[in-house]
Amino acid sequence: MSAEDSGVVKIALVSCGSEYAGVQPEFDEAAAKVNAKFVFPEIDVASIDTIGKEFGLEVASGDLRLMMARAKAVVEGTTNVDGVFITTCFRCAEGAIVRNEVRRYIHRHSNIPVISYSFTESTTAGTLLTRLEALTTIVRRRHLLTREIQKGITAGIDSGSTTTKAVVMKDNKIIGKGWVPTTKVLESAEEAYSQALKEAGISREEVQALGTTGYGRFLIGNHFKAQLIQEEITVNSKGAVYLADRQKGPATVIDIGGMDNKAISVEDGIPGMFTMGGICAGASGRFFEMISKRLGVDITELGALAVKGMHENVSMNSYCIVFGIQSLVNSLARGATPEDVAAAACYSVVEQIYEQQLQEVDVKEPLILVGGSSLIEGVPKALGKLLKIDVLVPENSHLIGAVGAALLASGYVEE
Amino acid sequence: MAKVFIYPINSLILSDLVERFGHKPLTMMSQIREKVTNISLDSPPINITSEDPKMGLKYAAIEVPAGVRGRMSLIGPLIEQTEAAIIVENPPTNFGCVGCNRTNELMKYLIRSKNVPILEVKYPESDEEARDFVNKIAEFLKSLPKEESEEGKEAHEEKSAEEEDKK
Repeated sequence: MSAEDSGVVKIALVSCGSEYAGVQPEFDEAAAKVNAKFVFPEIDVASIDTIGKEFGLEVASGDLRLMMARAKAVVEGTTNVDGVFITTCFRCAEGAIVRNEVRRYIHRHSNIPVISYSFTESTTAGTLLTRLEALTTIVRRRHLLTREIQKGITAGIDSGSTTTKAVVMKDNKIIGKGWVPTTKVLESAEEAYSQALKEAGISREEVQALGTTGYGRFLIGNHFKAQLIQEEITVNSKGAVYLADRQKGPATVIDIGGMDNKAISVEDGIPGMFTMGGICAGASGRFFEMISKRLGVDITELGALAVKGMHENVSMNSYCIVFGIQSLVNSLARGATPEDVAAAACYSVVEQIYEQQLQEVDVKEPLILVGGSSLIEGVPKALGKLLKIDVLVPENSHLIGAVGAALLASGYVEE
Repeated sequence: MAKVFIYPINSLILSDLVERFGHKPLTMMSQIREKVTNISLDSPPINITSEDPKMGLKYAAIEVPAGVRGRMSLIGPLIEQTEAAIIVENPPTNFGCVGCNRTNELMKYLIRSKNVPILEVKYPESDEEARDFVNKIAEFLKSLPKEESEEGKEAHEEKSAEEEDKK
């Protein structure tokens, strides 16, 4: 019975012994919330002594070699699973090397979706939920994700941590938009949705299907009785390739949000590998808000300022939102220009994304940059310079989640 | 009777050898047995909760991965009781393995830092080496005191007194 028939998604847990870190119940709780269960691929214990040579990566820890043996069992079909969750201890160098190579190995030899994560004893089910939700969606709703054209009248609401976005679409065109700061989740959603409906000249009753995404997706989804409530990884991948008109073939989507950011490797509009940042606000839109305030400019002016500056003229000794801004302030005191400081802020954010997230995602062109921060011109410029590739910022890139939700929701119009 | 730390700490063969010579093996199995039978089961499969890696801070700093500290919360108390130790180098996985080499390095270091008799032997690769391996271990175990150490006696007496009080 397939995952779609039975409803339960089987995920292979490939870990270095998460049971010793006390996080196993959190893993299980997150899996249960998305109607998935972890399975442990069976292997011959003697193979742990030989798999290193066979795999080409000889490491000293038995559990890391066990991970390789389990990955092999998944790839060879000895264990049938719908997805794989690869996880090792945070701060373990040996673990990080194996985690990355095992992920690449599975990706190279199978079509099974994989997510990877490094845990601490403080990892909670909530942290893992969005990731597992995305993994199970790829398994369960592959048919929905193949949708490339929006049909009928649909709407999408993206309840983000900083701003709430809404769009109304009709026959593959955006006909109404709303964009408001998130204060009270429901009220902000109501306001953004009303703005979009007003611009579209359409009443709520005429909307045939609604999709919600973002941090507040469950709350607003239940409130508006949405047909689709979906996490951001899936929705943003779809929205990005749709808006950039790159629905076929490979693409990489980078979404710099208000509080976190995502790097997603996409194939035909379906997310493959992805990472979610969220430990440090220094790599998010919040950092831009704070530096704009300090420079005394509106955030919409920060990008133009940054394009004129040289980040090399400012030394930043921390990525931290507090100490990083302190560095920038000190540079201003030493006579740096606001242009250089704005450019350094943009470079700092993209450098963090490069160092902490893109290392775990195979970057394939086109690189599509989305999210509110993509509108700050200095950001795509810094990213392109760092990666030495052209960065594509589609029109309405800040509405990516709402557009993706409206597009996917149109699958429910025909149903 | 001596409390003998064994490495690998979950080796059934070493544990059996130690017992046959009248000593008490200090093993991972006994620690996990205690975990899964003595208290309510909060965190399957081996009932290590997020509190255990914090207890491991006694043996390893906060920047050491949670998996190492979680393992050390079980192994560390055994090291503290150790009166003698047998370390087998290069064992295959099915001889015993706790899965994490950083933990292996740390526990061996802590054992070697203790002023206790230690036997370090290589895992045998032939029948002849295997006989030699067992003989070395047997001789080492025979050389350990049969009587309970003063510390052990005291601990035993304290435990008996506590049990009497409970009755």
